[in-house]
Amino acid sequence: MSLAKRLPAKPTPLYPLMRFLGIAFLYIIGFLILLVATFAVFGVAPNKALFALQQGALGGGPISPAYAISETLVRATPLLLTGLSIVVAWQTGMFSIGGDGQLLMGALTATVLAQLQHVVNPNLLIFLMLVCGTLVGALWGAIAGWLRVKRNVQEVISTIMLNYIALYLVGAAVVGPLQESSHSNPESNLLPDKLLFAHILPPSWSGGITTRLHSGVLLAFLAVPIVWLYLYRTLQGFQLRIVGQNPEAARAAGISVNQTRVRAMAISGALCGLAGVIQLLGTSERLSANFSPGWGYTAIPVALVGGLHPIGTLLSALFFGALEAGSVNAEQTLQVPASLIAIVQAAAVLAIIGVNAWRQRYPTELKD
Amino acid sequence: MSIVAGVLLGTLAETTPLLYTALGETVAQRSGVINVGLEGILLTSAFTASLATYHIGNPYIGVGIGLLTGIVFALLFGFFALVLHADQVVTGVVFNLFALGITGTLYRFLFALHDKSLITAQLPLLHHTVTILTPLSLPAVVFVWWWLYSTRSGLELRACGEQPLAADAAGISVRKTRAVALIFDGAMAGIAGAFLSVADSNTFVPNMSAGKGFIALAIVTAGRWNPIGCLVASLLFGFTNSLQFQAQTLGFDTLYRHMAATLHLTVFLHRLNLDHFPYQLFLALPYVVTMLILFGSSRSTRAPAALGRPYRKE
Repeated sequence: MSLAKRLPAKPTPLYPLMRFLGIAFLYIIGFLILLVATFAVFGVAPNKALFALQQGALGGGPISPAYAISETLVRATPLLLTGLSIVVAWQTGMFSIGGDGQLLMGALTATVLAQLQHVVNPNLLIFLMLVCGTLVGALWGAIAGWLRVKRNVQEVISTIMLNYIALYLVGAAVVGPLQESSHSNPESNLLPDKLLFAHILPPSWSGGITTRLHSGVLLAFLAVPIVWLYLYRTLQGFQLRIVGQNPEAARAAGISVNQTRVRAMAISGALCGLAGVIQLLGTSERLSANFSPGWGYTAIPVALVGGLHPIGTLLSALFFGALEAGSVNAEQTLQVPASLIAIVQAAAVLAIIGVNAWRQRYPTELKD
Repeated sequence: MSIVAGVLLGTLAETTPLLYTALGETVAQRSGVINVGLEGILLTSAFTASLATYHIGNPYIGVGIGLLTGIVFALLFGFFALVLHADQVVTGVVFNLFALGITGTLYRFLFALHDKSLITAQLPLLHHTVTILTPLSLPAVVFVWWWLYSTRSGLELRACGEQPLAADAAGISVRKTRAVALIFDGAMAGIAGAFLSVADSNTFVPNMSAGKGFIALAIVTAGRWNPIGCLVASLLFGFTNSLQFQAQTLGFDTLYRHMAATLHLTVFLHRLNLDHFPYQLFLALPYVVTMLILFGSSRSTRAPAALGRPYRKE
């Protein structure tokens, strides 16, 4: 708090930014200390491990920066879109944890459409996949929203069940109608190149290795300003946030709370559906029984660390993406299991949750 | 062993951990706390139970350690949910991620890296694959029923889940009541976790709970926050989960193909690569049924009114 007290007492335009940077700085320092301590506990040399993390995320040593940064961006992409989906739902007071199911439904829809590859123009088909995947994701989210407003079913529970239904639908599809031609693995055929997103970095930038950075990443980053504009510069976004903060007041002001909640869940589902299609066309290139490693769940810490704000979520998705790229490198070079970094990540998020809850409980005079 | 016996034993093995976990969660949710971190408790206590049995050699002590682990975990959750008033769903989700990371890492550092295998003693088998934990789950159902509906503390607990303000005004400590419910929740999930690693198998595998904690949440809802309902719903989920292993031997597939032939769909289904019935649809069935129950249920059997809402004493 002493840091915050030295800042200007009167809120100037720069005050929120300074405050945010100050807090972010403290969190990063805390995170690094936690990371080093965990490495030390498990007998991994902290300096080597940190180096491996940095090389995997940002480049250096044998890894070219272009390659490392593209890995970071590619890994941040699904987290960014699912994180934004959490932002929209939670700002409306809907505690959805259905990101995984919505994402899988998006990817499933796109894979079904991909069967039309010999009939439809590839560019049109990519467009159709993006649109339909997004719509089906929206539908999957809207079901939970509708159950909440019509039947008072907690969205936490209905989204979990929708996750499993989606998971088993994908599971049935990849051993059934969508299975690859040899009928031996639970996965679909690799999509043809004409349906995939283009790799946008020239290989010469990264010493001849093709990077995985694809045009879908740009699409995902484009979602950040759109979600921001929607939430903070449109009437619907305003209604959404009011419903989240105080549904009674919203109702008194004549806002249709039910409609707003279903709408928020649909938008939230749409973002996850889009994430599924982008992941399919950009990185995974085929649907499989274990398509998602749990992006829909990791999205929750991503959105929380980002302060449930689109811009914050962008930064935190990049941070989580960098950490993932770094820990993959650390696992390959030093045999440091990626789960070790997952512990630190979860512990850090728990600390943030605890600190935030504490600050809400004992507000200081500086709390805005 | 006949097929029917196989399905029955499979159902018991699948139902037991789900039932324990769901019973604990029913009590917690009735007191107004939703613990989404069940998956993490299952995983952590499966690991500690296995580890304790590995070092001590007695699986009963393993179950005890699993139970204690569940309680510790629940108390930690309770600190966030009841003392800090952090959001319960958020905390639960992050606890799951934490448990997945820590059990995976410890398993790797203690065993996989040294090429050691975590094979332990197993609880004695009473009959084929059934251990003492399975029959003990029935008195647990009765106990929860008795506690919730026939004791003063059960009444107080349900009051905290419906009207915490009124309960507080009547002199009940909402926080203490909810803490007791959470401890029970953790203990039950701890037993279920230990069941996975020292009763149903003799080893720990990373991520061995495989979503059972989330299934338990669905069971609590499908069972309408009622221990008897929990028993029925656990059996339904356990039965369908066990069917997937037996689907082929049961002749279900033959029936499926026979029906396809009668309906002249064989060629069509073959073209769709659906010669065999995709058993994943079995697995999705209980979730669809739960959704239908939720959809069809009237508002008289709804969730506890204060579920998931922190109670702040003014």
